[in-house]
Amino acid sequence: MKALDFDWRPLALVPLLALAALPLVGSGSTWITLTVAGLAMGMIIFVIASGLTLIFGLMDVLNFGHGVFIALGAFVATSVLGAMGDWTGSQELWRNLLALLPAMLVAMLVAGAVGLAFERFIVRPVYGQHLKQILITMGGMIIGEELIKVIWGPEQRPLPLPEALRGSLLIGDAAIGKYRVLAVAIGAVVLIAMLWALNRTKIGLLVRAGVQDREMVEALGYRIRRLFVGVFVVGSALAGLGGVMWGLFQQNVIPQLGAQVNVLIFIVIIIGGLGSTLGCLVGALLVGLLTNYTGFVAPVFTAFASIALMVAVLLWRPQGLYPVANR
Amino acid sequence: MSDALLTLEGVHTHIGAYHILHGVDLVVPRGQLTMLLGRNGVGKTTTLRTIMGLWPASKGRIRFNGQDIARLSTPQIACLNIAYVPENMGIFSDLTVRENMLLAARTAKRAEQMDDKRLQWIFQLFPAVEKFWNHPAGKLSGGQKQMLAVARAIVEPRELLIVDEPSKGLAPAIINNMIDAFEQLKASGVTILLVEQNINFAKRLGDTVAVMENGVVVHAGAMQAFAQDESLQTSLLGLAL
Repeated sequence: MKALDFDWRPLALVPLLALAALPLVGSGSTWITLTVAGLAMGMIIFVIASGLTLIFGLMDVLNFGHGVFIALGAFVATSVLGAMGDWTGSQELWRNLLALLPAMLVAMLVAGAVGLAFERFIVRPVYGQHLKQILITMGGMIIGEELIKVIWGPEQRPLPLPEALRGSLLIGDAAIGKYRVLAVAIGAVVLIAMLWALNRTKIGLLVRAGVQDREMVEALGYRIRRLFVGVFVVGSALAGLGGVMWGLFQQNVIPQLGAQVNVLIFIVIIIGGLGSTLGCLVGALLVGLLTNYTGFVAPVFTAFASIALMVAVLLWRPQGLYPVANR
Repeated sequence: MSDALLTLEGVHTHIGAYHILHGVDLVVPRGQLTMLLGRNGVGKTTTLRTIMGLWPASKGRIRFNGQDIARLSTPQIACLNIAYVPENMGIFSDLTVRENMLLAARTAKRAEQMDDKRLQWIFQLFPAVEKFWNHPAGKLSGGQKQMLAVARAIVEPRELLIVDEPSKGLAPAIINNMIDAFEQLKASGVTILLVEQNINFAKRLGDTVAVMENGVVVHAGAMQAFAQDESLQTSLLGLAL
């Protein structure tokens, strides 16, 4: 028996997809640009979806209202960054980053607080009832969207990148968007923090165990519902952070942003295997890369590409790339 | 006669529309090993799950150390120092053996904080736990998983150990190993309630016995007397054993 019996094949799909796209894209510099853009998009999707996959894994809760936290995060960022025009308009990178930091923190705090109320009043009454969960969480998202319209107005709002993060870095002939590099870095920090928490702390151990068999975790003396509330709040806060990143990626936000991204994140967590953090990462990177390559090679198929990927993955592994044991 | 650590009085349990337990009366004496026997489907597993609050009792009283626990939640019951090993063992396959053990050690945040002396005792009872310490639990054999499940239940001192069919599907050599382990556990003073289908396993280990039929306990008494009365065994347990 080997101590390290890690399944590398799903993870290897990411570099394989990138290499397979190289001859189709043709130009090496364009390929580098698209690959970095795809990784950035994938990391943002991972930040948004990682909480959702744990929410499902831990309590079997289908939260179709997750998108509202994304939109909320993005709109909070428009207000915070709008009030820090001197900082975002500066040419100095450190002043731009110092403006982004409070925007992200406030977005996470607001999304986390709303997530706490969402769990208490919308999700908790329908534990164990999937059909009701779908209906009531979708209803919650519609209400959330309408409240966003009441607070910020129904029209599209700009979320421009801070001055020093606009434009690209030239590496050879390849143009790499500055913000995309930052998005990859933020995504990597979130990933490392999440892996550390899940693998090096007792609470992380409880979350991983709860995803596999919550009844046994309770029989060992732990209150899984308290744990779930914590995961729900953290997942909502991460969605808020992802909303800021997504909004800056698109440079504008609309109240329907959550509903738009919702489809994508459900595709990602299904590809990855419900409840699996690593699966969520791989799924997000695959969707991010494929969307960018398809957008360049065959734009008409861009919307279809993610769904086709999901179908292909499920034909190969019906439980997703990294199925969670005991589920 | 020892005093009772756990008593069930007129316990009824419903699962959805099904009425499974019809007034179970059971006494588990302190410091002894009680065997809960019966044919398939008579309510043995339901009784254990009801004690743990996993399927709450719809009627009746469950007393542990004199305290009524019938309305407590599963975590509250577990925190009264009751350990439970379910029929499917409840092993977390994606976690390592070490992580499975750490999870059950409620007072330890890291593996190094687990009681080393107790761990050494557990390793001596179940050598496979030490051998595969850093291996994924999902890769263990059925017997090794059962050892891990019992080892995990006793990683910290518990007053009552509840185990559902520990010999199920195990090879004879592993069953002997398991019997040795339970004998040592019994000698350490822990009270044990075992559901078992293997009559030889039950006879070798049990101090007291309770036999169930159709959701009620129909016989309770000393194991020694039960083991010597073959006609009683045949009438209560039939050929299923």
